[in-house]
Amino acid sequence: MMTNTGNRITQGQFSFLPDLTDAQITAQIKYALTNGWAVSIEYTDDPHPRNTYWEMYGNPMFDLKDPAGILMEINECRKTFPNYYVRVMAFSSTRGVESPTMSFIVNRPKNEPGFALTRQEGPGRQIHYTVTSYATAKPEGERYS
Amino acid sequence: MTEPSIDLRAIWNESGVQAVLDALDAELIGLAPVKKRIREIASLLVVDRVRRDMQLAAGAPSLHMSFTGNPGTGKTTVALRMADLLHKLGYSRTGHLVAVTRDDLVGQYIGHTAPKTKEVLKKAMGGVLFIDEAYYLFRPENERDYGQEAIEILLQVMENQRDDLVVILAGYKDRMETFFRSNPGMSSRIAHHIDFPDYKDDELLAIGELILKDWSYQLSPRAQKVFRDYIERRRAQPHFANARSVRNALDRARLRQAHRLLEGGGHIDKAALQTIEAEDILQSRVLAGVRAVADTKAAS
Repeated sequence: MMTNTGNRITQGQFSFLPDLTDAQITAQIKYALTNGWAVSIEYTDDPHPRNTYWEMYGNPMFDLKDPAGILMEINECRKTFPNYYVRVMAFSSTRGVESPTMSFIVNRPKNEPGFALTRQEGPGRQIHYTVTSYATAKPEGERYS
Repeated sequence: MTEPSIDLRAIWNESGVQAVLDALDAELIGLAPVKKRIREIASLLVVDRVRRDMQLAAGAPSLHMSFTGNPGTGKTTVALRMADLLHKLGYSRTGHLVAVTRDDLVGQYIGHTAPKTKEVLKKAMGGVLFIDEAYYLFRPENERDYGQEAIEILLQVMENQRDDLVVILAGYKDRMETFFRSNPGMSSRIAHHIDFPDYKDDELLAIGELILKDWSYQLSPRAQKVFRDYIERRRAQPHFANARSVRNALDRARLRQAHRLLEGGGHIDKAALQTIEAEDILQSRVLAGVRAVADTKAAS
């Protein structure tokens, strides 16, 4: 299936790899912290590729020295939203960059149905394509449960 | 097969702990019981590490501490050294110290405290969290006080993430004792209670000289005598804060010295720039009585 390789959505870093272990996540966060990036945690149940704005889980964490605190927060987010997508982002505030520098998924729903490809015939029989998540047919909070 | 023998000394030297302890000895005057206790803790940690390497049972040692003592007895300074020490021994990953008070942990309205406390805890992870005047966290007279919430979160993290965080509570001795009595959970999670004694007059003088040396100043012989007198009198006054009072007094003496040098015509040499004279200290409010006596002596 084109849109759902291995029944897993692929967004951000490491998404073609098996899920990262806590030790691997810690190592990644450590890398972000040594670069002076602010790490934040976000979650969503609408993983459409164009949905860039996920819900923030708490504020971005500034001035941290050690990944342990962020891992604690990740685990808490996983506990609160076990069947949501959770991602960790690193934001660089360097002047001229000022954008996310890392983003990877740390939690997925057990069952990821993937996306439907919809074709729409426009003027002159031109085809417009769009993808729709099968999960988003249900209302928010009930998807993936 | 013989058991391999272990050179504890070598491990000790290798860890760089000795350098921290030496610095502690050189830069902190007095505090003999504190230094002894820190040495003991360092020994325990080294032995524990060796035990762990030998696969002997060694549970993660509880490193949370409580520092009690009057103001200005060096609690924060020692905590800073402690962070360094734990880092050198591998019990703290970053060795940084986050110093907070009640204001940083407790919120102002419902639901404000938990995120605030957690944020501080996250900042301190991997290092040492130093809570100054920790007894303010608990206000028994107000049962709706949010301090209790902060204590609960603190306790949970102190218990579950012992590898990630070392908490040091500090405060006056009697009030900390009340605090621990009303929070038995807190008391039982703290392994090391260290009491900081007040400094003696000689020690305060030595501290003063050390501070001045840092600033490239020195006391003239007469100023030394006057300063000793000053310390004695200052101690009897309210709000005496040991080394902090000495530091403040010297700050003011420096001010007066600068003023005196300018007033005195402005032709000076290097030695004059560095020397604090007796009159710089004598002008202090604390020594008002002494000054009056000196004046009458000069007049007669």
